[in-house]
Amino acid sequence: MVDKNGNYKVIGTRPIRHDGTEKVTGQAIYGGDTRFPGMLYGHVLRSPHAHARVKSIDTSKAEALEGVRAVVTGADFPPTTADDMIDLGEGPTSLKSMRGNVLALDKVFYKGHAVAGVAAINAHIADEAIALIEVEYEVLPPVLDVRQAMEDNATLLHENMTTTAFGEDTGKKSNVSLHLNHVLGDPDAAFASAAVVVEREFTTATVHQGYIEPQNATAMWKTDGHLTVWTSTQGAFTTQKQLGAVLDHPISKTKVVPQEIGGGFGGKIPVYLEPVAALLSRKTNKPVKLIMTRADVFEGTGPTPGSYVRVKLGANKDGKLVAGEAYMAFESGGYPGSPMPCGVMCVFGCYEIPNGRIDGFDVVVNKPRSFAYRAPCSTQVALATETVMDEIAEQLGLDRLQFRLDNIAAEGTRRVDGMVYPRIGARETLEAIRDSEHWQAALTGDNQGRGISIGYWFNVGLKSAVTASVNKDGTVNLVEGSTDIGGSRTSIAMQFAEVVGLAAEDINPQVGDTSSIGYTDVTGGSRTTYATGWAAYEAAHDVIRQMRERAAKLWECEDDQVEFDDGIFRHSGDAAKKYNFKELANELDETGGPVVGNGTVDPASGVGGSFAANIADVEVDLETGKVGIARFTVVQDAGKAIHPSYVEGQMQGGSVQGIGWALNEEYFYTDDGNMANSTFLDYRIPTALDLPMIEPIIVEVPNPGHPFGVRGVGEANIAPPPAAIANAIYQAVGVRLRELPMRPERVVAALQAQAAGG
Amino acid sequence: MPMVWVPSLMQKLTDGQAHVEVEGETVRQVIENLDAAFPGFKARVCDENDRLRHDVAVAVDGEVSSEGMRRKVKPDSEVNFLPALAGG
Repeated sequence: MVDKNGNYKVIGTRPIRHDGTEKVTGQAIYGGDTRFPGMLYGHVLRSPHAHARVKSIDTSKAEALEGVRAVVTGADFPPTTADDMIDLGEGPTSLKSMRGNVLALDKVFYKGHAVAGVAAINAHIADEAIALIEVEYEVLPPVLDVRQAMEDNATLLHENMTTTAFGEDTGKKSNVSLHLNHVLGDPDAAFASAAVVVEREFTTATVHQGYIEPQNATAMWKTDGHLTVWTSTQGAFTTQKQLGAVLDHPISKTKVVPQEIGGGFGGKIPVYLEPVAALLSRKTNKPVKLIMTRADVFEGTGPTPGSYVRVKLGANKDGKLVAGEAYMAFESGGYPGSPMPCGVMCVFGCYEIPNGRIDGFDVVVNKPRSFAYRAPCSTQVALATETVMDEIAEQLGLDRLQFRLDNIAAEGTRRVDGMVYPRIGARETLEAIRDSEHWQAALTGDNQGRGISIGYWFNVGLKSAVTASVNKDGTVNLVEGSTDIGGSRTSIAMQFAEVVGLAAEDINPQVGDTSSIGYTDVTGGSRTTYATGWAAYEAAHDVIRQMRERAAKLWECEDDQVEFDDGIFRHSGDAAKKYNFKELANELDETGGPVVGNGTVDPASGVGGSFAANIADVEVDLETGKVGIARFTVVQDAGKAIHPSYVEGQMQGGSVQGIGWALNEEYFYTDDGNMANSTFLDYRIPTALDLPMIEPIIVEVPNPGHPFGVRGVGEANIAPPPAAIANAIYQAVGVRLRELPMRPERVVAALQAQAAGG
Repeated sequence: MPMVWVPSLMQKLTDGQAHVEVEGETVRQVIENLDAAFPGFKARVCDENDRLRHDVAVAVDGEVSSEGMRRKVKPDSEVNFLPALAGG
């Protein structure tokens, strides 16, 4: 299926991004820039308690404050009578949970849970009004740890929630909403036959995606029932769908305009402010704008789940894995639905393991409802698997890289969940580690160590639409439905340009709203360059088909006498007759008018997963326990890198987020469930001053399921860093850390335990 | 006949069998025939509207699609029932 055998003119080059000038000059329009005449400003009241029953809400004093125009609570939602489900385009979720997470219905499940919204003539009055809302709470004991929540006598967050197990309701009331289990072969017998078996436990803290731009929404609900929402989102259509469901409002009367987005990483798929702004606008007949503070973002939006993971691996004396077993419990926060199933899929995704058992549990706790964060749950499980792989190699006296290569997954490998890999690039990714200058180089300082690891993300396909309008000057306006988070406008435009024989700069890509482009799923799951790029490829071929018809008119010949190759339309019977794309575009007016091409895809096959691997050199301060990154390399299989700079940017960005997750970042909770570090001063994301240049190496094992061989690269790169760093710390100072973050006092404690013979 | 990999949590319906061969040219026919052989199977993977449950995905020959029950199945196909997944 791969087009042109890899001989490209545009693909693989590094043109300047189409939106670059607007963004570096501050002209790009983000949600915070939205202004309308008569616009009101909103604020959200949030729960001070991690777990409480809402006994009453009295809004009368707030409503009486001069300048306040409206107050809304969960009572303003349509009745939620059943646990209806809605598919957001990346998986289903409960409507009752969604409404309750937007504005609490009868209980609050985390500190920061939204309880009420206010609209006023300015932000100060809205803020003042929030303080006048009187909420009577019955405070309940919080449940803050996944293992505590799973205990038989644990406080139940949802009194009637029972555990389901692949379609079967167990009837058991529990904080465990879902149990998944996969078994391959006979793991018990295989472990019994193994020469070496290593089993270890790991815990990871709740961490946030840390996007720079906070959530925002502006809504205008007109008196004719038409609702328009301007917002920062990873998917305009997904937001439209959620708004329709939460508000019980037809999507035909709901328009969502995605504005420029300052990061998402999975956190801007669910709605938070959008329905509140809509309800306030409906009550006031005015546009209403809401923006979160950073504390709101930390406390009121969905971080990635904290976890408890236990991994056991067994190998024979020749260094072949014979069995694997994983137990993983993920915190879904106040409502069920963590990305736990992704962890189940990924935990042994890098290796050929003939016998395995995996159990996964989705567990509610009194923390914000967790959502996706870049390869959700793959980082947590990679920490476990890759640490145990290192330990087995050591016990067998094998080279840790060669041990991985000897067991690496390949085409035909059956995962423990039963799926069989198509062509993948796991081996090539590890081989690039082996062949890198970094791997060959010596360490450069005292107390340094080098770790390696590899991680997997499966990627998704889903639906995309692209429309291409040919201009008279031969340029093309390309409207696509994918929010551009990481340069996808350009990577999509380049795929179009490659087909039609234009330069990337001749394409003018724009992100459409829900009224201007066909349905397109979220920018997530590493799907945008893959799927929306494919839609652009289809749109380009539609344009070429129409342009051939126009050339045939001009040459007064049959359509099939017009050939197109390498950007040139030629008459098959007359070598003198030819047009390049721009020349032919100039003739459109006299051959039938506009040419508009369309492309839609819903790839049923060939999504093609991606693997990423790291080499991490760390330097450990023995006195303070601080771990510094001395050198860091990331390798990833991109299938085909459409725009190598943006691929490298994804690889570097994911690596930095993984490093932060490994060393610094965590929601630090007090015993009563308050987040004690809800600012970027106290929630420590690594900066350029903390890190060396992240060295990217792109591997290209073309995905046979895409016209240009693309594999999504947005996520797999966040999976391996914590494991690589943990393994590097062990190489540096001989202690194994199995709890994230590996902050200084944990390193010191491990060193002290080591010194004491522990 | 298509080979169905039975999720471990559903194998008590198939008397412990992890793999079952069953006739069918579509996912719907495979499920119907599975339910005839192992009563209760359909209720675990389909909802009351005769669609795949919201939290279930079906892969045919390693590929998950949105065609759901209408997905074509070949005589040598492998059918897997999986939890529905999402990304970030």
